[in-house]
Amino acid sequence: MAKIIVVTSGKGGVGKTTTSASFATGLAMRGHSTAVIDFDVGLRNLDLIMGVERRVVFDFVNVINGEARLSQALIRDKQNDKLAILAASQTRDKDALSTEGVERVLNELAQDFEYIICDSPAGIEKGAFMAMYFADEALVVTNPEVSSVRDSDRVLGILAAKSRKAERGEGKVREHLVLTRYSAARVTRGEMLSVDDVKDILAIPLLGVIPESPTVLTSSNSGTPVITDPASEAGLAYQDLVARFLGEERPMRYITEQKKGLFSKLFGNGQ
Amino acid sequence: MDWLKFFRGQPKNTAATAKERLMIAVAHQRQGTSNGLSYLGPLREELLAVVRKYVQVADTAVQVNVQREDGLEVLEMNITLPDRN
Repeated sequence: MAKIIVVTSGKGGVGKTTTSASFATGLAMRGHSTAVIDFDVGLRNLDLIMGVERRVVFDFVNVINGEARLSQALIRDKQNDKLAILAASQTRDKDALSTEGVERVLNELAQDFEYIICDSPAGIEKGAFMAMYFADEALVVTNPEVSSVRDSDRVLGILAAKSRKAERGEGKVREHLVLTRYSAARVTRGEMLSVDDVKDILAIPLLGVIPESPTVLTSSNSGTPVITDPASEAGLAYQDLVARFLGEERPMRYITEQKKGLFSKLFGNGQ
Repeated sequence: MDWLKFFRGQPKNTAATAKERLMIAVAHQRQGTSNGLSYLGPLREELLAVVRKYVQVADTAVQVNVQREDGLEVLEMNITLPDRN
């Protein structure tokens, strides 16, 4: 049985696509066949973050409309043959995603892949709803910031009430908190909500804390998911996150301030 | 460098303020969903819409709650009207 996991947040710009790309890549790096789908119809970006933008010929909506076969639209990652990407359509409107169409594509993917990652668009409209409707589990990406936390709470409410699992009374979508853009130094100074603050408010289990890191931007510049960068703190935090998702125990890193020595203050590259 | 704080002034702990404000915002948002009664949210929304046909009130003006006591369920509704000035 393939597992469907939605990466969602409500608020935009908190790191859903970054997380989807690294999470999917991480699962594939660990040997699990994984497909990642961009549900942001009209504003596709996952292809850019994964560095496959020049290989998109057919997209998700083409497959739903029967204009292309799934095998034609799936882009196999060049570094990892366990990983495949299904791009969002750039031109159509969001109504192009029908419940039946999405279900058909997910069922077909489920025959070949262990994990199906659904990268949700921001907001709580059709695209976001479709991305979460079929989910077994959810990664709720949150920044330690008031509007993001409130929006995440809203999304948790929708997951609990409107997902297919909830509608059919098949139990709950399993929720995981992913706290991104975390700055332990600012938490120490009382400028930023701490991990515990956010956990207290959202009351869901924490899967990972991704520190604010300049490598997230530089990785996106080159179209390589940050998890593949062994020199990046954010990348290592994503590796831990994937390991925890697969059932391993890993201590949380980067949640307490690392005092920098004089040497790294002078010569450190700020990672 | 604690002596620097003397010149900078004590920074306010804004994170604590953020948490406090969020607790309230989220509690309001969750009304009805946390106690397993999924209809309370929509009920509150519809009541709010009806009240607003006649009076302009804030988002938080209608509160709906269920109290359970000795196997008895009481639906408690609280509608706060604005001051008449």
